[in-house]
Amino acid sequence: MTDDTAPQRRRERIDRGIKVRSEGIYSLMSWREMSYIIVPRAVLIIGMLALPLVMPGMYWQRVISIVCIYALLAVGFDFLAHFVGLVSLGGAFFVGVGGYLAAILNTTWGLPPLFTIPLATVAGAALCTLLLLPCLPLRGVYFAIVTLMYPLFLARVIEALDILGGTDGIMGIDGFDTRWGEQYAVVALLLIVLFAVRRLVNTDLGLVLRGVKDNDQAIRASGMNVTRYKALAVFITAAMGCMSGAFLVHIYMWSGISQFALDFSILPIAATVIGGVGTLVGPLVGCLILVPVSELLRDFGTLRIVFYSLILVAFIVFRSEGLMVYAERKYHQFERWTQV
Amino acid sequence: MTETETPLLQVKELSKTFGGIRALDGVSFDVHRGEILGVIGPNGSGKTTIVNCITGFIRPTAGQVRFQGRDITGKPAHKIADLGVTRTFQIMRPYYSLPAYKNLVIPLFSPRARRTGGWRGGGRLGDRHTVGIDILEEIGFERDSYVPYKTTATLPTGYLKRLELARCLALKPEIIICDEVFSGLSMSEIASMVPLIERLQMDGITLIMIEHRLRELFKVANRVMVLNFGKKLMEGAPAEVMADARVKEAYFGSREAQEVMDHA
Repeated sequence: MTDDTAPQRRRERIDRGIKVRSEGIYSLMSWREMSYIIVPRAVLIIGMLALPLVMPGMYWQRVISIVCIYALLAVGFDFLAHFVGLVSLGGAFFVGVGGYLAAILNTTWGLPPLFTIPLATVAGAALCTLLLLPCLPLRGVYFAIVTLMYPLFLARVIEALDILGGTDGIMGIDGFDTRWGEQYAVVALLLIVLFAVRRLVNTDLGLVLRGVKDNDQAIRASGMNVTRYKALAVFITAAMGCMSGAFLVHIYMWSGISQFALDFSILPIAATVIGGVGTLVGPLVGCLILVPVSELLRDFGTLRIVFYSLILVAFIVFRSEGLMVYAERKYHQFERWTQV
Repeated sequence: MTETETPLLQVKELSKTFGGIRALDGVSFDVHRGEILGVIGPNGSGKTTIVNCITGFIRPTAGQVRFQGRDITGKPAHKIADLGVTRTFQIMRPYYSLPAYKNLVIPLFSPRARRTGGWRGGGRLGDRHTVGIDILEEIGFERDSYVPYKTTATLPTGYLKRLELARCLALKPEIIICDEVFSGLSMSEIASMVPLIERLQMDGITLIMIEHRLRELFKVANRVMVLNFGKKLMEGAPAEVMADARVKEAYFGSREAQEVMDHA
């Protein structure tokens, strides 16, 4: 059914010259090619650092902090799901544990945020890993469902036993000394974590973790304990989640059972879907879109959820690969029309 | 292969039942250092179950497996692999999303590879990527071609079978249990695989080869064990096994059936 008179054309996709042979190997021969690698990273770093400066007021600066907190969770989710093969719906579990630990450390011993956040990060991650240890042999949807139960369980325990402030939560937690300190601490930590995880997944250890996702039987046949590597990966993710929880508590100066709310489990996943699974920077981009949109839609009241869902559905239907996967592909290749 | 030294691997009265099915029924055999033991048998005779029981992927119902005189029955798979008892999988299990050479970085990360340095490592492990490509080259991946750098999912079966062997070699194994490394290969691919197996034996690696390709197996094996319905039918030199009437019956059915087949 082709029209013979019209010239036959097709779109040709060509890799830009620097990609060599295999994934992750580049050949850089000039400053131009070097800048090709550096510029996207520089844009990300400078953009994130400049973001608090260009926000119109305190309210929107606070939104940026929340974006970073969700982004920490989302990067953790992406790492665990795409590079280790454990789909965790337990973001709220990590936030809650980290948040409550920071709150207790602060109110009981009067430790400043400078100490409570690292302490809550490490201790919380250890606690979360310990509690998740029995679920590590599970895979796929089973692991997802069990991790979804953990935050619900802990919230009910706190409510029913009326411990840790019960439904009122823990009040009177110290905030950050300065607004800018709060802003840049969370932005800088997010950037450090993002680049650290990116590097981790390309180290030899990261390859083992990716091997766990691809084929855990082959890992066992290679003389390595699969559960140990899964536990390590959960620890890393939990640390990121607990860190975000601790930040959240000091920003709100309050810790309550709403930290175990489903939002902290679901929004990072939505952000990862929008941003692009497996890119690690995608989840951050997703959070940069979703969290402010959610704030803007606040005026619509309950209708907010409808708009929110529409955005999500539109992304899943029309750009299911995610923004960054699409963008990376376009960046590495150029297209042109050629005569056939 | 003197009879006085303790065998490298001893299997005694190994049994495994799945529900009511006796997949393995009291199988005993020894494997001596440096030999190639072939294991043959019709489908469902328990060949892969033996591999799984020895390497700890499933726990035997009864019986004992001893490696270098130590009891390893029921130990977890990664501990058995750490001792140098490695296996390939009949259905290949590479890391499909990684390039071929990165597949070897993973076993080279294991505690055993760090101790031993990998195949030919001589106790020191260099850069894992380089060592991985070295091993791939020895096992038949052309170093200067694209093949070692291609995503594993795009490799043909012949290379995937070699990759399975390479994963074992990365651990500097004492023994490799090959679960059908010839199956699914073309005649020319098998022809190039046979010298590789012989070279492994010359390097002092003990091999158990489970095969359906009898002609090639009988060429390389020192001894052959025949399984049928989970029991050991016989064991002996390849020539003896080939001539044995019971083996023919196990493979082709009863003599009457064979005669019908001949006339058909």
